[in-house]
Amino acid sequence: MEELVGKIGECIERGKVNKSSPYPKDMQGQDGTDELTRQALDSGVGPEEILQACNAGMKRIGDRFSRNEVFVPELLMAAKAMNAVMAHLKPYFQTGTVKAKGRFVIGTVAGDLHDIGKNLVAMVIEGNGWEVVDLGVDVKSAKFLDAIRQGPECTVGLSALLTTTMANMSKTVQEIKTQFPSIRVIVGGAPLTQRAADQMGADGYAPNPQGAVAFLNAGRQK
Amino acid sequence: MRSILNALKDGKILVSDGAWGTMLQERGLEPGDCPELWNVTHPDDVMAIAKSYVDAGADMILTNSFGGSPIKLAHYGLQDRAGELNEAAAAISRKAAGIDRFVLGSIGPTGEILMMGQVTEEAVYDGFRIQAAALKKGGADALLVETMSATDEAEIAIRAAKEATGLEVICTFTFDRTVTGKYRTMMGVSPAEMARAVKEAGASVIGANCGNGFDQMIDVVKEIRKADPHTPVLVHANAGLPMIEDGKLVYKETPQAVAAKARELAKCGANIIGGCCGTTPEHIRALVKELKSL
Ligand code: B1M
Ligand SMILES: [Zn+2]
Repeated sequence: MEELVGKIGECIERGKVNKSSPYPKDMQGQDGTDELTRQALDSGVGPEEILQACNAGMKRIGDRFSRNEVFVPELLMAAKAMNAVMAHLKPYFQTGTVKAKGRFVIGTVAGDLHDIGKNLVAMVIEGNGWEVVDLGVDVKSAKFLDAIRQGPECTVGLSALLTTTMANMSKTVQEIKTQFPSIRVIVGGAPLTQRAADQMGADGYAPNPQGAVAFLNAGRQK
Repeated sequence: MRSILNALKDGKILVSDGAWGTMLQERGLEPGDCPELWNVTHPDDVMAIAKSYVDAGADMILTNSFGGSPIKLAHYGLQDRAGELNEAAAAISRKAAGIDRFVLGSIGPTGEILMMGQVTEEAVYDGFRIQAAALKKGGADALLVETMSATDEAEIAIRAAKEATGLEVICTFTFDRTVTGKYRTMMGVSPAEMARAVKEAGASVIGANCGNGFDQMIDVVKEIRKADPHTPVLVHANAGLPMIEDGKLVYKETPQAVAAKARELAKCGANIIGGCCGTTPEHIRALVKELKSL
């Protein structure tokens, strides 16, 4: 069983989605995350344990991306493999076998269409037991505010990848804080820094999904 | 029909124009607005930008149609107006350029990643065909498939543009320097791989645009030239990377700094030189002054 879980993590890192997927070439015909997750669940492995292995796999491919050893296609295939896992695990979160820790609203800010990083963050946070509401890309302040109104017990995450859209992010943070002073807002994305986050008036900044999870979990204990 | 290849004969260096996106923002384009819609809602502003580059002395100007493929326009619900918006873009630049300067119809990526299966090759091809045909109808002399990062999408765009119009097609990719000092697009494509793929697809001029400024562009041109010594090369370099200072966006490379590097770019093998994000008519004026004295 140990081995099965390890294999799932490896398939995430390699972007092996399912048996019929032609990618990666050297794994053709082998089981992917889709089949392996089913097998693991059927043989009694817990969803949390599977998730942990997935997050470790995502972290490894993320680190290789940062070192420019792999590029966007490899990262996207890993995300796709992760999605296949999540499809099997979702029922467990929804039936309350694992109870949602809270609601997390996330989106990429106005003018910005980058969503790879945002999707990864959403996936990892969902995998950590939160209900995630993904508003997509190019999300204007009004849309964030609407989502908050629909369920004010939430935390909001904003992502931006362009220096040019950091200004929009700042505006959105301020509008949320003005209308909903108690809502906690976390920001992230490649051009951001803790300092930029502080200047915007955000409650938190995370350089990676793990940091965002830590922020959310810490907020829960308060 | 006017040919850019002909104009480059005898080793002539041509100067292209500078940024459009950042210039539109200065004129009030808000984040989240559709730049191509301005061709019909703010034609005077678009014309002013086109004219500013003609006045700066550029041999060719682009069109305000970078995001004009139906797939990209769908983001604003404007997919059905692709023909109208692209034709208007080309007509404005044609009017500004007059008869002695070239108009390059700008075609940017769809923003979708083909290998992920979010869009079909057919949809991408059909969309680029519509865009290219409209740009020709509005008066473009050639088409510029730019800011590409994946060879599959670039090849489809080049084929669609050629098959729809018969015009010369130029194709440029955007390269970043990796931590090991190599140049790759975000999809992992090297300058050599780009050169081979886009030539095979039918591009007559190849090159690079956007990126991290003029210095790195010199390295990129060297790499393209190593792989392909003969095909004409076009570069549109950024005025450095954008930075935020006092809450305002600035690009650091000055017209003087850029002009100083243009000579080196030409020496390394670039045949057409212009600017991308952050460059202004002042940058182009400086390039013209520097390069026309060669
Ligand atoms: C809420 O809490 C949190 C917490 C953590 C959070 C968080 C939120 N959000 C992210 N994180 C963090 O966790 C994630 C996982 O570790 C991380 O997310 P990241 O998003 O940082 O990391 C991802 C996992 C992987 N990284 C990425 O996905 C970004 C990769 C690069 C290559 C990139 C991509 C893929 C794209 N691009 Co764009 N692109 C580049 C990028 C260059 C690079 N090599 O990084 C960058 C960001 N792009 C750039 C540019 C200029 C552009 N892009 C554009 C377009 C695109 C594509 C559409 C082609 C594509 C996006 C596809 C998509 N669906 O997302 C254009 C803009 C479009 C727009 N309006 O948004 C365009 C303007 C290019 C053009 N001229 O058209 C540059 C920005 C320069 C700047 N600083 O402003 C750029 C750095 C490339 C470069 N060197 O020039 C962390 O930041
Ligand atoms: Zn640019």
